[in-house]
This record gives sequence, structure tokens and C-alpha cells, in this order.
Amino acid sequence: MRSQVEGSQAVARAVTLCRPQVVAAYPISPQTHIVESLSDRVRTGELADCEYLLVESEFGAMSACIGASAAGVRSYTATSSQGLLFMAEALFNASGLGLPVVMTVANRAIGAPINIWNDHSDTMAMRDCGWVQLFAESNQRAVDLHLQAFRLAESLSVPVMVCMDGFVLTHAVEEVDLPTQDEVDAFLPRFLPQQQLDPEEPVTIGAMVGPEAFTEVKYLMHAKQLAALDEIPVIAAEFRSRFGRDSGGLVRPYRLEDAETVVVALGSVLGTIEDVVDEMRELGVAIGALGITCFRPWPAAEVRDALHRAARVVVVERAFAVGAGGIVGQNVRDATRGLPLVVHDVVAGLGGRAVTRASLHRLLEDVVADRLDPARLHFLDLDIALVERELTRARGGRRPGPHAESMLREIGTVASGAYD
Amino acid sequence: MDKPFAITLDVGSSRANKTGSWRTERAVYIDRLSPCSDGCPAGEDVQGWLYEAEEGGDGYERAWRRIMEDNPFPAVMGRVCYHPCETACNRAQLDEAVGINSVERFVGDEAIRRGWQVSVPVPSSGTRVLVVGAGPSGLSAAYHLALRGHAVTIKEAGPMAGGMMRFGIPRYRLPRDVLDAEVQRILDLGVTLELDTKVTDLDAVRGDYDAVFLAVGAQLGKRAYIPAGSAAHVLDAVEMLRDLEAGEKPLLGRRVAVYGGGNTAMDAARSARRLGASEAVVVYRRTRDRMPAHPSEVAEAEDEGVLFSWLTTIKQVDSGRLVVERMELDDDGFPRPTGELDELEADSLVLALGQDTDLSLLDGVPGLVVEDGVVAVGPDLMTGCPGVFAGGDMVPHERSVTVAIGHGKRAARHIDAWLSGAAPEPVVRPELATFDTLNTWYYSDAPRAHRPLLERARRESTFDEVVLGHDESTALLEARRCMSCGSCFGCDNCYGVCPDNAVIKLDRPGRAAYLIDLDYCKGCGLCVAECPSGAISMVPEKI
Amino acid sequence: MTFQEIKLYQTGTFVVGNRLLDPQQRSVQARTGRSNSLTSGHRACQGCGEALGARYVLDAAMRATDGRLVAVNSTGCLEVFSTPYPESSWQLPWLHSLFGNGPAVASGVAAALRASGRDDIRVIGQAGDGGTVDIGFGTLSGMFERNDDVLFVCYDNEGYMNTGVQRSGATPPGAATNTTKVLGHHPGNAFGQGKSVPLIAMAHEIPYVATATVAELRDLEHKVEKAMTFRGARYLHVFVPCPLGWGAASADTIKLARLAKETGIFPVFEAEGGQVTEVSRIRRQVPVEDYLRPQRRYAHLFGDNPRPDVVARIQAGADRNIARFGLLPEGDA
Repeated sequence: MRSQVEGSQAVARAVTLCRPQVVAAYPISPQTHIVESLSDRVRTGELADCEYLLVESEFGAMSACIGASAAGVRSYTATSSQGLLFMAEALFNASGLGLPVVMTVANRAIGAPINIWNDHSDTMAMRDCGWVQLFAESNQRAVDLHLQAFRLAESLSVPVMVCMDGFVLTHAVEEVDLPTQDEVDAFLPRFLPQQQLDPEEPVTIGAMVGPEAFTEVKYLMHAKQLAALDEIPVIAAEFRSRFGRDSGGLVRPYRLEDAETVVVALGSVLGTIEDVVDEMRELGVAIGALGITCFRPWPAAEVRDALHRAARVVVVERAFAVGAGGIVGQNVRDATRGLPLVVHDVVAGLGGRAVTRASLHRLLEDVVADRLDPARLHFLDLDIALVERELTRARGGRRPGPHAESMLREIGTVASGAYD
Repeated sequence: MDKPFAITLDVGSSRANKTGSWRTERAVYIDRLSPCSDGCPAGEDVQGWLYEAEEGGDGYERAWRRIMEDNPFPAVMGRVCYHPCETACNRAQLDEAVGINSVERFVGDEAIRRGWQVSVPVPSSGTRVLVVGAGPSGLSAAYHLALRGHAVTIKEAGPMAGGMMRFGIPRYRLPRDVLDAEVQRILDLGVTLELDTKVTDLDAVRGDYDAVFLAVGAQLGKRAYIPAGSAAHVLDAVEMLRDLEAGEKPLLGRRVAVYGGGNTAMDAARSARRLGASEAVVVYRRTRDRMPAHPSEVAEAEDEGVLFSWLTTIKQVDSGRLVVERMELDDDGFPRPTGELDELEADSLVLALGQDTDLSLLDGVPGLVVEDGVVAVGPDLMTGCPGVFAGGDMVPHERSVTVAIGHGKRAARHIDAWLSGAAPEPVVRPELATFDTLNTWYYSDAPRAHRPLLERARRESTFDEVVLGHDESTALLEARRCMSCGSCFGCDNCYGVCPDNAVIKLDRPGRAAYLIDLDYCKGCGLCVAECPSGAISMVPEKI
Repeated sequence: MTFQEIKLYQTGTFVVGNRLLDPQQRSVQARTGRSNSLTSGHRACQGCGEALGARYVLDAAMRATDGRLVAVNSTGCLEVFSTPYPESSWQLPWLHSLFGNGPAVASGVAAALRASGRDDIRVIGQAGDGGTVDIGFGTLSGMFERNDDVLFVCYDNEGYMNTGVQRSGATPPGAATNTTKVLGHHPGNAFGQGKSVPLIAMAHEIPYVATATVAELRDLEHKVEKAMTFRGARYLHVFVPCPLGWGAASADTIKLARLAKETGIFPVFEAEGGQVTEVSRIRRQVPVEDYLRPQRRYAHLFGDNPRPDVVARIQAGADRNIARFGLLPEGDA
């Protein structure tokens, strides 16, 4: 049924249709509308036979999901940003134990400086925690990915996080086609846990493993993620046959047929990028885009296959490894190793800064004209003058004070008197 | 369940890990010797029979049978034994000794009341043993010999069996129906008792038997030279008590003095009160704490109005009065005369200065040696004459009913061995269960129950039994005050406190129902430390 | 004592079994058919109080629940010594996740069981003192506050023993650990206000809170069984001496637990809905010195430079407990 609905409500409805039996969550912006909505749905009975645990922290939320999953029920949580990092230890634990928890991450920047707006620093920080990471570029995709996430998680006993851009998607009202309960029930079978705490068949879950087998355990985790690379397209194909939509999968090529330049990105920014690609195509530029739906496991072969005809690849990513460079870019370079192409790392849209069509046009024109130095990490719309002044000021004294404070003062956003 | 590799394991799989290899010491169940059993002259396994009695119900009969393995006189013991077991009892260091004697009496009385019997468990050996004297030692020997299949004949000079139990101990301490019942039980085993049959020449009769046990006792009252006036009335305590038992009432007068400080002196003085003496005074040359009489007897005598004249010797006896001399103790505790004389009014004087044995029957027995008025015996109680054994008051040893009974048992064991030509089974004496081997935390706080006494008026006028017995619940409580020193009593502490589940509890009742599982015992010693009764020990592991 | 005392039965209330009692009245640990929830072959040190305490608690809970029980275990000695691959010592469904999240994991298990209509299966969470009073404290408080249907058990051995004996929030004042060594003028661990999780649990007004020691098995079993009669959050704090961390003889584990109670150092009590309902009174009061001396972690208080001042402060703490909880024997109070 199609309806105009806020992203968070749509996701909450999708999760409800998946019939989790334990939801444990701790509020954090911009995830709040999802968990508020789920709380309502549990209280009204729309989501029946479900316990909603009002936990004391995200660490507690993920821990409760671990317990619930080990007890053999479908379990779910949602978080953002600092909350995801506060879960960090438990994330590794859930994946290590092979517990198929599903989590929505409403992507948000990581402080300090504290910032509630969207970027991908949170999930990128947790990219190696052993979870499958699926990125939604629209609220429709977010809905669809949640259905597929439960299916994937439970078929492989692996936890899955569905990443959707905070505010940009979570708080956006768009038209979404929400499936019916029967459709979801037909697509998502009852949860049959691989292992379970059960007095009828007691086992010890969570043993200590020493050097004699730890590598093997980790190898098997890796093998399971690689198996997900096979499973995800299968699930996406079944989803398409049942729901009539292309949703999910590993990567999503856009106008790549003869593209010499390809923009690689994750999440909602892909919509803007696709618009810019269309506009540049109008101008005769051979350009396309590659959306990464599944970032973990990393679909290296699919990425390589999609990019093998390109000459230039621009990775637009909403996070970076401070002091090193692009994160997705590094993975793309790895996937395209040996191919005759150039990969540019472009950091864009940090902490909620809008990634505009104009900026992308400027960027891509520079790329197409080979004006962008591929050896350098590029920051989209960076106020170069501002950072230069700040760096100069910093060189002048041993204690320059916080960059953020002085830069904000510089641009007149705040009128802090602290340094006057 | 499709268990993930390594992180999910089968339950209980650690039993494959034999942690016993960590051990440098191992726990071993032991039996230490309880002080009560160690102290029992009759060799009773006191702790062992208390264990049975603790269970109540059928346990009383089991307890009785355990006593009967060593001593055929539980009901007598429960009245006349001076219970060195209680003196030795570890519980005295915690609150007060267990009233072992009172439990023994209860069990013994139960046996009489319910008619429990013993039977001879072995076929007849075909050997004949003569026992001379039907006192406690002779009866005990006869009982144990009969149980071993020997044909026993007791020749007793007196008209009734019991010896000093009958003719020395007044009936207010030992009712005769009790004594008769326990003697009869021995006779019921097939022992031949010949009364009024004094053996005057042992050498003449011993050839009719394969072995002889002499237990003629010591019933001749010792005499002391005391100048006496012609009208002085002087009696011997042993004779007096014997006459009393024979139904005679000795003429003692209103005021009676008893000379001596032993239990016989107490018996004489207390009997005198019962016979109507308005005043009975015990004259003793030393102080109260040096009296050989048992404190309980002294206390009961005092309670009955018996008077005491300490540090006093008698210099002269006249009609109606004694001349006495005050004594003082020197640095070594010996009484020394002070020369200070006094007078004591007394219508009669009863001498209770100890007893001698009439050994005339032994003349001509080859090899038999008499020293200091008693018969010399070896550790096996055999005299210098092969096959002739002796025990009780006629051999050099402390004299008491219980000691005599112990001699009878010991002699029987050695006579049996001698008859079969085999060495007697060695007596194993394990390490003593001293107080420091116990963990007394675990025992219930339980004050001792004391036996009730007959009301005083009746004690002064009748020969009714003075010390009364416990009812069942009190006897049971008293039995349960026993700490089972040195032996397992099935408390499950070892089974419970082992952090490694390395104690196996066998699914069977009774003691020693546990095994140490050496596959897993790490040798921590917790079971040893927490065993209440000290029945587990750590021993070094051979490495 | 909150259960029927055993009188007139030779050994009394403190012994594991007693052949003179009806089998029904004997402790769970006295039974040949006990669960041995933590079985042989585990790698706990000799004389480990925690291994003992865990078996006591879980066997009692297994009996109380007729075997319908699941355990969640925080990281720590208990977890490490019981489950090194490929061997597990547990004989019930058991889950280990992390150090600081045992209570939350247990909450999740309980929620799952309730949601799936299997709440006849009961949940026990267990951790050492580190996983309870320190790193797991937040999740524990959350579990209490939500009144989740979990019995959480802390096996308190007063330090981080698994990592090599460091100080925890439960380490008592004056005790030496590897992070509170006796160096300079420092007398071991500092004197603070202490951190009584039982009292904090009571402040949450959860249905049931109790303390116990491995020296009083029947009391401990009674409390576990009683805890299982409640629904909602319950907390049991069990005092478990650590021979390794305390520098005590392996055979002294139970003795030290006994002395901790008999000195007043560790108050043994029960509370319902935030109110103390029962205390286990001292039976034979002894000075704290009797408890301190057998432990090497307190050796510096009695050595060449004795610290009677520190011993006096520890005694004062015990005396405060005695006064606060009314621990003196009946008649002495």
C-alpha cells in the first residue's frame, strides 16, 4: 500500500511486519522516531507477542538483543552515532556468537564536536565488527532492506545493520509502498535459530577459545560473510519476484554502460548523484554511478566488474579515516587493483552538510577535466580560507584553543565571548 | 542443534579434563580413635554405638549389639561405671561431656525391657574352659568365650553370681533385677554356672579343662591395727555390704564412722544412713580432692547427709567414741601426723581400707607367681602357668567393675588364641581423635541433659535406686550430642564442600559412604578442614 | 536465620547433610541426584570459593525450577575456568557474552522467554564482583529498575582475580592487591564509603535482595529457592573467598567465609521490597583480627610495622555493620 509517510514510521512499520519478539532500544537522535513508533506499536498490540525493553543504554540494548537472540527469538534494535559506538563491544560479540540480530542505524556524525546531523562516521567506525552493513538510499529501500535483513541474518546466523541517513531519510516524508503482513510472512519464515538456550537441549554458548582455534573461528566468521555475498543476491531476486521491486542486492549500477567516469557512493546521496549524472549525460559526458548497497561484506568482485570499463572513479563518502583517507575509496582501490583507472577520494556531507548538485557538478567537471589531484584526499565544499587562517593561527602559538570554537567565531556563527 | 564451531560446547564436556593431575596431596578417609573409646576399660567402641543410638528407633538395638560385642553388661555399666569415657570426651572442651553413661543405661534398660538376646554365632569348638569366680571379670570372660564356641563352666564360691556387683555395690546404685537380667543373658548362651562351689585347689581341677581363667576378685577387707577397747564395735565394710545383700541388718548404732576414702567407704556410709544411722561420718586421712572415691559418689553421699572428717586418722576405738589425730599434707601431698588429738563420737566403726585377694586356691599351681598379694600376669593375662589366665581385682591393675569386664574380654581373646595355637588378632589402635582434629563449628549447641535423682527423703530411708534413667527423647538428645570424634557420621560436608565435585557419595546408608574421585581431586583440603569429626586426612601424593 | 534451624540433630544448621534428617529436609548439595550444574574438570584454583558458590546456587535453582533454568554469565574467573574450548563444565543452558553486560543479556533472555510464552523457564545472571559492582553496574541497575524477571547473583571475591588480583569496587579497605600494593605509606586499599550493591539493589525496591556466604549452605539454598518464588528482579550477593587473590590456604575458603560473617565484616541478610526482613545473626562473635590474619593481603597490618590503627578501622566497620543490621546473637543485642 502506497502512502506518504515519514521514513522512521515506515521503518517501524516494516520492522513490525517482521514480527520481532524482543525490541530493546535506547533513544538517540535521529533514531528516536523509529523506537517511539515501535514502542507505540507494541503497546497497542499491533506488534504482538513482543517485549519492548526500555534499556539503560545502547550497550544494554545490544546486550539484551544478544540474550534474546540466544534464547531463540527474533530481536531488533536501532541506534545512531555515539550509541553505535557505545555498543561497539557488544557488536563484535553478537557477530562472534553468530546471533542474527537486526539493527537500524540512523547514520549520524561522531563527536567531538558533538553533532546530531547525518554522515557515515558511525557505521564506518564499526565496519569491521563482523556485521553485515546494508545502506539504504531511500525510505522505500530502507523498508525493503529491513525485510531482507531479517531473512539474511537468520539464514546465515549473522547480525545485520541497515544504515539509513539520519534526518535525511529518517525524518523525510516520502511515498513508500508498505507491504502487507501476509506478503511479509510469506517472504520471511519463522525464526529457526541455529543455536538456542534450551533446557531440553542444554549447550554452552560463548566459550573461551585460545590460540589453538581462534584463527579458525575467525576464518569461519569471514567465510560466513563471504557466503552472504552469494545469499544477498538470491534474497534480492526473491524479493523482486514477490514484491515487484529491485531492492537490495550488493551494488546498484546506474548508467554504467559506457561510463568513463563513475561516481561511487552509499546512502541517500546517491539520489542527488544520479540527478547530476543525468544532467551531465545530457551534456554528453560519459558518466555513471555505482551505489554500494552492501558495504560489509565487501562485494569486491561485483565492484570490480562494475568499474572495469571506467577510466576515473570518484568515491563520494560521508566519512573518512582521519589521518589516512577515504574508507570506501580504499576498498574500491582494493577491488580495482590492476585496472587502468584512477580512484579519487572525496569526503562530502560531514556532520549534515548538504551535498548539493552544484557542488557535485563542480567536483565532477574537475574530475572529468583531470583537474583533481588523485593523490590527495579531497573535501567537498571545504572552506579553504577558513582552515588556512586557523592553521596559520595555530602555527603562531602553542595553545591555539579549540579549532571548532575559533572557526565558528571566525565565520560569525556564534559570538562566544570566551576568547575576547 | 547445529552448534557453531568452538564458541558453543557440549555440556559437561570438561569431565575429560582430569584435574587430579594438579594434586600434590590427596584426601583420605580415616578412622581416628575417639577419646571415649580410647578411655573405656572394657574396650567398648563408645563412639561407634553412640552413632547407632543417635538414629533412635531401631538404632537403639544396633547400639546395644555394638556394646554387647565388647561388654555384656550395658545396663549395669550404665549405673556403676565411673565412665572414664566422659572424662576423656572432647565435648567437655566445647560445653560439657556427652552423658555417655546415661545413654548406655537407656540402651541397656531397653534391651531388658524388650528382651533382646544374643546368640552364639559359631559352632562349638569342643574345648572346655573353667572360669573361677562369677564376678564381672569371670562373667565377661565366660560370655566372650561362649560366643567363640567354647564350653564354659563357672565355679563360684558364693550363693549367687555377680561378685562385687552384687556383694559390693549396694542396690540403691544397682537394682538386682537389672543385674540378674544381664547375668541370665550370659547363662542363656549355655554357660554352666556352679554356685557355692569354691575351688580350693586349682591344680587338682585344672586338668579337666583345656584352659582356666581365674577371677576370684578381692573380697577380704584390709585390716589396719587400731587399738580397740573391748566394747568397741568394729566392722569390715566388705563384710557389711555382703551381709546386707544376704538380708542381714548389721547393728551399727546411731552414729557410724567409716574409715577410708574409696568408693567402698561411700557405699558403707550411704548404706549406714539407709539402715537408720542418724549420723554417718567418713574419716579420711587426706583431703577431698585426694579421695579415690568418684566425685559423683562423694557428692551423692554428701547430698544424703553423710559427713566427712578430712585429714584425720583414727588412733583408738572405744565404746561410743574414737580418738582421732589431725593430719597435715607435706609438700609431696603425703599426710603427716600433727600430734593434735581429738575425739569423735561413734557407736561403730566400719573399716573401708581396701581389699585383698584370697589366693590359697593357687597353691601348687606350677609356674604361677604371686607378687604383693596379686597374681602376676603377662600382657595376655596369662599367669606363669601355661593355659591359666587371670584378671579382675586379683591381678595388678586399677580395680573397678569396668576394668574387670575388660579383663574378661581380653582374657577370652587370648585364651581363644592360645587354644587354637594362633596369635591373637592384633589390636589396631589408630591415631587419637584429639580436640584439635575436629571442626566443632558444625555441632549443634546443646547443653548436657543430667539424669534426675531420687528425692532425698527416700534416699535416706530406702535402698531404692538413686540415679534415675533418661526417657527416650532425652537419651536420644544426649546421644546426639556425640561429635563422632574421628569417624565419619555421614554429614555430607565433604560431598558438599568440594569445589570440584571430587567426592562421590555412594547411594547407600551408613558410614563411609563416600569416595574421593582422584580423577578430579585437586588436593585443596577443604573436605579435611570442614569435616566436623576429623575423619579425613591429607597425605602427600607420591610424585 | 530465615529458615527452620536444625536442633537436636547432632550437627546443626551449618552442615551440608545430616543422615538423621528426613531426606526432604536435607540440603540440595547433600543429594546424590544434585544437578552438579558446574561439574568436574573445571580449571578453578584449588579451594575456589566461586566454583563452590556457583554450584551451590545453580543446583538449588535447578531444583527450585525443576531444571527449567538458563544461566547468563559475565566475563570473569567463573566464565574462564569453566569454558575453555573444547570443554565446558556447565550442565545447564549457559551463555556468556561480555564483562559488563551480564544483567542486560539476562534481561534479553527473560524478555525472549516471556515473549515466546516460555517463561516457565527461569533466568539467572551471574558475575563476579567486577562484573557486578563495577563494569556491569549500569546494566544491573537497569535490570533492577525495569524489574526484569532475572535472579542476578554476584559471587564476590573482592577483586579482579581473573586478571591477576587487582582492586575492584568491592575490595575492602586495607587489603593489598596488585593495584593497591603496600608501598610508601599506603595501607593497601583506601578507606572509602564502600559500595554495597545489596543496599543499592534495595534502593531499587526490587522484590528480593539477599546476601549469603559459602559457609552457610542451607541459608544460601534457602535464599535461592525463596528468590525463585518471586517474579521480577532479584539479587543475591554471595561472599566467596579466593585463596589465590587473598593469599589464603586453599583449605581455609569456608572458614574465612564463616569468619567474615562471625566478625560482622559481611552482613548476611534478606530484604523484600527494599526493607530488611531477616538477618543471620552472629553465632560466635570474634574480632576482625581472626579473619584478617590468615590472609596474606592483610599481612602488612601485622608484620614488622603493624598497623593497629588500620585494624581498628576495619573493626569499626564491622561494628557498624553489627549495629546497623542487628547482627549480635539472640540475647546479646
